[in-house]
Amino acid sequence: MLKLPIYMDNHATTQVDPRVLEAMLPYFSEVFGNAASRNHAFGWAAEEAVEKARTQIAAIIKAKPKEIIITSGATESDNLAIKGVVEFYKEKGNHIVTCVTEHKAVLDSCRALERAGRATVTYLPVDKYGMVDPDDVRKAITDRTVLITIMFANNEIGTIHPIAEIGKIAKEKGVIFHCDAVQAIGKVPVDVDRCGIDLMSLTAHKLYGPKGVGALYVRSKGPRVRLTPIIDGGGHERGMRSGTLNVTGIVGFGAACEIAQREMPEESVRLLELRNRLQAGLFERLEEVYLNGHPTDRLPGNLNLSFAYVEGESLLMGINDVAVSSGSACTSATLEPSYVIRALGIDEELAHSSIRFGIGRFSTAEEVDFVTDRVSREVKRLREMSPLYEMAKEGIDLKAVNWKAN
Amino acid sequence: MAYSSKVLEHYNNPRNVGSFAKDDADVGTGVVGAPECGDVMKLQLKISDSGVIEDARFKTFGCGSAIASSSYVTELVKGKHIDEAIAIRNTTIVQELNLPPVKIHCSVLAEDAIKAAIADWKKRKGTAADDLKVAEG
Ligand SMILES: Cc1ncc(COP(=O)(O)O)c(C=O)c1O
Repeated sequence: MLKLPIYMDNHATTQVDPRVLEAMLPYFSEVFGNAASRNHAFGWAAEEAVEKARTQIAAIIKAKPKEIIITSGATESDNLAIKGVVEFYKEKGNHIVTCVTEHKAVLDSCRALERAGRATVTYLPVDKYGMVDPDDVRKAITDRTVLITIMFANNEIGTIHPIAEIGKIAKEKGVIFHCDAVQAIGKVPVDVDRCGIDLMSLTAHKLYGPKGVGALYVRSKGPRVRLTPIIDGGGHERGMRSGTLNVTGIVGFGAACEIAQREMPEESVRLLELRNRLQAGLFERLEEVYLNGHPTDRLPGNLNLSFAYVEGESLLMGINDVAVSSGSACTSATLEPSYVIRALGIDEELAHSSIRFGIGRFSTAEEVDFVTDRVSREVKRLREMSPLYEMAKEGIDLKAVNWKAN
Repeated sequence: MAYSSKVLEHYNNPRNVGSFAKDDADVGTGVVGAPECGDVMKLQLKISDSGVIEDARFKTFGCGSAIASSSYVTELVKGKHIDEAIAIRNTTIVQELNLPPVKIHCSVLAEDAIKAAIADWKKRKGTAADDLKVAEG
């Protein structure tokens, strides 16, 4: 039986897996110690749980447990990586290389440093699929460059960047490479050594773990990466991030990583099948649907489409028993359409018409079919109401029209 | 963001969706907004020689509040004289539909659409049945 509403917004967050919840429960009650209490059994039990989780988290990215610094989530990890490196290596330089489609946590950390006069930043463009060119990265590096920060996979369009190539360039040039891998972890294989990654941001809530816990991977050897902390205090997490550890959340994060790593081979195939089913179904029923993002180098659960002549928010309103998201201006706090979609260089109108489907672990074929049907019917209804559709049908070139915007 | 029940009602059951033949001399067409801004409204008014709005049609590309604003406007103007219709302010639409501050621009667009449609009708009446493109209304 199909249960409504349907959740298909798994890039925003994911439901905690019942197995993760079960692993967490004892740490809300019986095992309540402070992991930093070194002198009694309560503290030891908490510490043991944290160290087990640290091992599970490290394993999913092929790192060593001691290279995992626990944070409150990827926003903090991104801030710590960027601000921490720029501050620590300020004698060496002050230049950052990043890309226009990064998450706000990265872009706004860079902007804050620029505003404070602490860094200069190069924002690399992307191609029409949202992919950064490694050659552009190479060319942007100067002798003042201290950090490259490029995400593994984009949270809106799912495009996977050529991370290993960028990592190789970073090694050649001796520049630290930070990668926000939030959307990729547990979805595609991630290996910090093979990709030449020195710092990596992770968060639990995108892989069926709890919200409010994340990690920063910090390479310990070849090279050993150093950071200036942004939160000072009791010197937890090897001095890089003070604060009493969220033991319950960390246990959940660890359990989530272990499950995701174990199930990834079959799960990624299943997700890809569901994604292809959704894509094929919508393309079959509707004309003028455009794919945003890379056709193949893309997260298996991601589908970002623009439905021409239909505004995204109105479509979301029409499919109110399906939770997806839109790049439409009307759904953003800034009233600007998605900067990620706009960076692809497509028509502005199509940016307003974009919808992101995020298929996840709990999505089913039945749900995909329901969504296909619901979306195609609503797109048709809204097109009948759309003056743009009517004009296009009459053969009017919408780009040649002299619009009177207010 | 939660929508007001009136916005939802108009969105789900929009009134007077469609188009009149645009070369009809009695029809004034207003097209306002721009696709790159995320909303375009087309409002058509069928106006008698004495200046009374006898019928209205709309098509809108835009968010739910833009669709609701145009739907409501078609009801609002019907039966009104153009002098009355031209005096309609966006605040009337905001109040009727309970639009939140971020959606006020939808009501402004609907107000502009009324003015544009009436101006087009006047122009056509003045210049007889001159060739006229809808999009330039
Ligand atoms: C790519 C990316 N980076 C960072 C974040 C922020 O993560 P968190 O919610 O853990 O702060 C998100 C999630 O919104 C994301 O998708």
